[in-house]
This record gives sequence, structure tokens and C-alpha cells, in this order.
Amino acid sequence: MSSAEPTRRDFLYIATGAVAAIGGAAALIPLIAQMNPDASTLAAGAPIEVDLAPIAAGQAIKVFWRGKPIYISHRTEQEIKAAQTVNVASLPDPQPDSARVKEGHDQWLVVIGICTHLGCIPIAHQGPYDGFFCPCHGSVYDTSGRIRQGPAPANLPLPPYAFVSDTKIRIG
Amino acid sequence: MSGPSTYLPQNRFMKWLEARLPIMGLVHSSFIVYPVPRNLNYWWTFGGILAFMLAVQIVTGIVLVMHYTPHVDHAFNSVESIMRDVNYGWLLRYLHANGASMFFLAVYIHIFRGMYYGSYKEPREVLWILGVIIYLLMMATGFMGYVLPWGQMSFWAATVITNLFSAIPIVGETIVTWLWGGFAVGNPTLQRFFSLHYLLPFVIAGVVVLHIWALHVVGQNNPTGVEPKTEKDTVPFTPHATVKDAFFMAVFVILYAWFVFYIPNYLGHPDNYIPANPAVTPAHIVPEWYYLPFYAILRSIPNKLLGVVALFSSILLLAFLPWLDTSRVRSANYRPLYRQFFWIFVAVCIGLGYLGSRPAEGGYVIASRILTAWYFIHLLIVLPLLGFLETPKPLPNSISESVLKGGKVAAMLALVAGGLWLAMPQSASAQEHAPSPPRQKWSFAGPFGTFDRAQVQRGFRVYREVCQSCHSLSLLSFRNLGEQGGPGFSGPQVEAIAAEYKVKDGPNDQGEMFERPGRPADRFPPPFPNDNAARTANGGALPPDMSVLAKARGYERGFPWFVFDIFTQYQELGPDYIVAVLNGYEDAPKDFALPPNSNYNKYFPGHAIGMPKPLSDGQVDYTDGSPKTVEQYSKDVAAFLAWAAEPHLEERKRIGFQVMIFLICLAGLLYFTKTKVWAEVHAH
Repeated sequence: MSSAEPTRRDFLYIATGAVAAIGGAAALIPLIAQMNPDASTLAAGAPIEVDLAPIAAGQAIKVFWRGKPIYISHRTEQEIKAAQTVNVASLPDPQPDSARVKEGHDQWLVVIGICTHLGCIPIAHQGPYDGFFCPCHGSVYDTSGRIRQGPAPANLPLPPYAFVSDTKIRIG
Repeated sequence: MSGPSTYLPQNRFMKWLEARLPIMGLVHSSFIVYPVPRNLNYWWTFGGILAFMLAVQIVTGIVLVMHYTPHVDHAFNSVESIMRDVNYGWLLRYLHANGASMFFLAVYIHIFRGMYYGSYKEPREVLWILGVIIYLLMMATGFMGYVLPWGQMSFWAATVITNLFSAIPIVGETIVTWLWGGFAVGNPTLQRFFSLHYLLPFVIAGVVVLHIWALHVVGQNNPTGVEPKTEKDTVPFTPHATVKDAFFMAVFVILYAWFVFYIPNYLGHPDNYIPANPAVTPAHIVPEWYYLPFYAILRSIPNKLLGVVALFSSILLLAFLPWLDTSRVRSANYRPLYRQFFWIFVAVCIGLGYLGSRPAEGGYVIASRILTAWYFIHLLIVLPLLGFLETPKPLPNSISESVLKGGKVAAMLALVAGGLWLAMPQSASAQEHAPSPPRQKWSFAGPFGTFDRAQVQRGFRVYREVCQSCHSLSLLSFRNLGEQGGPGFSGPQVEAIAAEYKVKDGPNDQGEMFERPGRPADRFPPPFPNDNAARTANGGALPPDMSVLAKARGYERGFPWFVFDIFTQYQELGPDYIVAVLNGYEDAPKDFALPPNSNYNKYFPGHAIGMPKPLSDGQVDYTDGSPKTVEQYSKDVAAFLAWAAEPHLEERKRIGFQVMIFLICLAGLLYFTKTKVWAEVHAH
């Protein structure tokens, strides 16, 4: 039997090898998939609703969603003005305040409280801009949560959220 | 392996590696060119199957540990969380639990093969003893693994087996306390069993390496028992043994898949779906099937210490088999008298296994004593004497000669049947004197079964309107009601159902607990804050949680029905029992002494059930035209509970079908590959 041309035997060997390889790959799927978040973790990460009524002007609260701290800050007139009257182009991570709040709800700032440098939680109402200050390496954020000074490269990120009513938001 | 490696690497990297760590040379000489007798039959594949099963158990075990919590308060629920929430968790758990049974089935066949063909004889004594050590480690590992789910059988098996050590004079009690880490089996016990259960498989792997090394030094035995003499007697391991083993391994995995996907709880005991309760001993404590013969031996000796001695010596004696058997002839093919005693011994082991599942009463005790006596007589008297008394048949001059003359190995079909029978679920459920429940027709039975959505929704309604006031469903979340393969409510429906329930939450900022409407992610809240409150409200009886009730109940099937059940895939014992009990309320017979606060039920074990008849005709107002009868309500709620216990049933059977088709194709391809590879060998 010439070995130069593929024979029926070769086809059989190739077919067997291919089927075995497919089986091996398929067997790996559950082993890898089981490490993905399970159904209860996904369910616990479902959207939450937060009542804004108890939060006075000038006050900020922290809620947890998907394991992350989220600051909900009821900004004063002063804080809003300070956030809006800034030369956006001069910011390290340029973003207007209007892009960081919901229309008609300027007084509410909702940001994820994780410093974009190395992940510490910045402290609210601290620092030269009375915004946020991260004690770990000295990053300074303003009243819109935008980075102003320090090693952090980006503004505090926004979680997905929407106003269900004037006094209630749904995060997620 | 003997002599220098014949491996000659071609490419530069392989030469470089080989000069520094000759691992490829080792693989080459041990598993590629390694000479294997050409006449090995399929009984020789079980060594490879065992290595494969060890790998499967280790991989599935490591992955399960990522989700399991080894604490008495969380173990049972963490296993249920694996079954319900972890992606493919149900598959991993069933692979691991049934994998243990497959592991033991393979090891028993492997051991009996060795006993039949004299594979323990000179020069393979150390190989055999290493095997006995592996077997002992397997038994320890399997025992500790069974404790981990922390069910009723887990707890009580732990109690019984650790108590064995109290038989040791003087130091026994101290040893038992040391094992327990407390005054009874408890959390310290569970945690250390978890640690050791994770450790021992790697110890087994190490001994397996020694076992294979010892094998390769002396070479395989073969069905004639005559050692290979020339090259004509052997074939290279690859491709001949490799492909033949691969084929039979695929066949074995088909059997494994049959259990995993279609009858995953057949070999287990329903009582292990009841969370461990130190205050209540199950009516019949039984170990898993693979320990039953030794359980029978233990119980047959009326003296505590001697019973324990008999148990351990029944295994340890095996290590002395090379010296107990005095015959010069290895293979039973040429020992007609020994062969008869061998099959009697197999039957005795299977008989002991069956008896281990029976209560230790009456005729069962007498039979156990007879069979136990024979077990030891066979090892200590028959084997030594036979060597002198038997006239063996003349041996072939060589393996080639026996092959060419068409000498066939006696079909050991009985071994397979025996092995399968040993694998029977000898479940002795507490169904004494209660009749067997009638079989119902279930839409979810059989290989293509699915839940009837409308029925499960009706059953959920029955649960809410009737059962919920007393019975919790704590392992289920509202979101499960919307998942595939169940009642299939829509998203808004699930939210509406959840909102109808009040769920405890808090503490709030004032430090107080409060109630709020349920959300899909919440679990079903229990009707009572704790067990004592539940008992007080129910005349002292505790209404069981119903999350896994359909798997926590069963009934005695008896021989030969439990054999047929493997083939018919009868898994619906729990739902059949539930329907029977719900319809089984009757007036007590005149001579029956009904305890106070009980009701007579035909199918409840002991006939005195705390729950008064919960269902009556017309109680639940079905709107889909289904009959508003107790019979219908009971079937619907049983179907709902079957889904609640096994929410991934449909996915399991669907994937099972795909896996079976794949495995059959693979086995077929491997068979033809094997035939092609062996064609030249068979031609000469």
C-alpha cells in the first residue's frame, strides 16, 4: 500500500483523531464555564433602587452595587457652579460636567468610588476642590468627580443609572 | 523498562531537552515501544480505566472545591448551590459522585482479574501489594468524600465508621475523640475530612506511579500465565494497546454517562438529601454499595472488637495472596478446580454485598455469617490447599502458540454481570411493612422526559395555597420560577410573584430588622422563623423543607426490580412516594395503635404520620380545566417538587443525549481503528 496517497486507513485514523479532539474540547467547556459568575452572583448583581429623599444638600452617601462602592452626592449650588465653570480643555481627562450628570438633575452626582489610579476608595468632600481625595497616593477629584491633580489618569467612572422618579434612581 | 532508551529525537529542541531531562525517552520506552503480551483481553484495560477515573475524580474534585464550603452550617447548602447555580455545577457534582462508583466498579473488576489470572504471583508480589495499598487509600478517600455533603447518611456513616476505632482496647476511646476533634462527629470532623479527602487522591497518584513502575519492571501478566519468551509473543504498546484501551475506555465511559445523565441518583441513598441531624438516626444506615460486602462482614461477628478485626483483616489478607496461593500455575484457565472456587468466591462477595444492604435481622444474619466464614475459608484454607491438591491442565509452550492454536480465554461474562450487580444500589430505605407506592406516569420520566409547564405551574399553585403555610422551600429563589426547564413564568410574572412575599431584611440604619416585598433574587422565605417555632405550630412535628424532598424520598425496590430500573431509568421514586402518601390517608385498622397527634397513612413508613390530610377535592381552584381532585393536586404538586429538587433535569437529559451519540460514534471509530491496527498482528 503506497504511503504517498492518503488511504482509507489514514481517513479512519484522521476521523477518529478529529472526533476524539472535538470530545476533548467539549469536555473542557464545563470545566472553564464553572468559573464564570454563577446564577446567584448574577442575580445579586441585579439593578438596585436608591431613594434620594433622605439625602440632604451637601450630603453624600455610599451604596454598594456589584461589589463596588457608589457615591451618590446631593450637590449644593456652589458645588454645581464650581463643576460647570471650568475650562474643560485644561482638565487631565477632559469631560464637561453635563456629560457626567443626568439632564434636569444637576444636583445629583452618581460616581463609582474607585480611584482610577490603583483602586482605593477616595474620600468625599475632601481635597482642594472639596470634591474627592484619595489618601493612598494623593489623587484629587473635583465636585464632578473629575481628576485634577495626582497620579490617577481618568475621571471617576459613572455606573449605569437612570431616574425612576425625581427622588429615586435605579443603578444597573 | 530494561536497557537504555531506544528513543532517538530528530529535532534539535528535543535533543536538547533529552540531554537534560530524558522525559520523552521515558514516555517512549514506557508507553510507546514498551512490549506488551499480544494476547491480552479487555480485562486488561481496567488498569488504564482506573488511571483515567483517578484523573476525572481529581479534576472534577478540584473544580467542585471552588464552590464547596466545608462547614456544618453551609456544606449541604453549598452542594445544593453547586447543583442549582454554578454553571454546569449539576454535571460536575454528578460526574464526581458517580465517578466514585465507576472508580470502585473498575477496581473490583481489576482485582478479580488479578485473582483469576494469578497476576499477584511471583514476580508481581510487590505490584499486587501496592495495589492493595491503593485500594485501602481509595476506601478512605471515598468514605471521607461521602461525608462532605453533610446529609443524614454522611453524618451517620461518619459516626459509625469512626466509632469502629473504639473497639481498640485501652486507647480506643482516646483515638475516637482524637479523630472527631470533639465529643461527637461535628464541624472539626468535617473540616479535617475535607482536608484529607483533598490530599489522599494525590497520595493515591503517587502510589499509582509506583504501581506502574513495578508493573513495567516485570511486565504484564497475560491470560495464559506464561511469560513472553520471544518477540513474537509481544506487540509494542503504541499503537496496539493504546488504541485497544482507548476503545474499551470509550465503552466504559458510555456506561458512566448512562449513570451521570439518566440515573444520577440511582447509586446514592435518598436519605443523603436530608440535611444531617445528630438527633435522628436513619432507620437503616447503609454505606455506599462499594463498602457493602465489608459492612456485612463487620456486622456478622457478634463481638465488637472481633467484628472490626474481621473487617480490616478481610482486606489486609489480600496483601498475602501471593503466599496464600501455593499453586505454581498462574492462570485459572489452566486450573479447572481453582476456577470453580474462584467463581464461588465472586458469588460470595456479591452475596455479602447484597446482605450488607439488608437489616441485620433473622435469616440475613445467618447468611452473612456463612458467607463471611466462606470468605476467610477461601483465602486461608482453600487457596493454600489447592496448590497441592489440584492437577492443572498442561500450559502452552508460549503465548504465540496459544494464540495460534485459537486458545480463547473463558468468557468472564459472569464477572461483568457480577460487577454490575455489585454496583446495585442496595438501598434499604425505611419502608418496613408499608406497601410500595403505585407507579405514576410522569412527563419528565425517561431519556427524553421534560416537565409539563402547565402541570408545574399548577403544582406551584398547590404549594402556595396549601403547603406553604407549614413547609419552607428555602433553597429556591423566585428567579428560578422564570428559568428554562421549569414553570417558565415571564420576567414580570416572576417579579409580581416575588413582590407578593414579605422578606426579612436589615438591619437598617437604626439597627432594626424590617420586612420588604420580595425581589426575584430573594429566596422563598420560610413560614416559621426557626425549627422550634415550626414544631410548636405543628403539634411537635417538624414539617420538612421541600426543596429536595422529591430526591429525599424513595422506597425499597427489591430484586429483580432494582436491576430493571437501571435499564428503564426509573428515577421517579420520590414523586411516586409523594403522590402515594398524599392519597394514602385511611382509617386505621382496628388492631393498629395510633399514637396521639398522628394520622394513619397507608404508605408512610410506620403508618403514623404527623401531618393531617392536607388536600381535599375542590380546594384549589384550577382555571385550566384540570380536575380539582386530590389525585390531580397530588400529581401536580409532586411534579412541581420534582422540578424544585432537580431544576436542570431537562438540560441534563438533553446534553446526555448528545453525549451518548458522540460516545457511540467515538467508540465505533475507535473499534474500527483498533481492528485496522491489529489486523497485521491477527494475520500472523
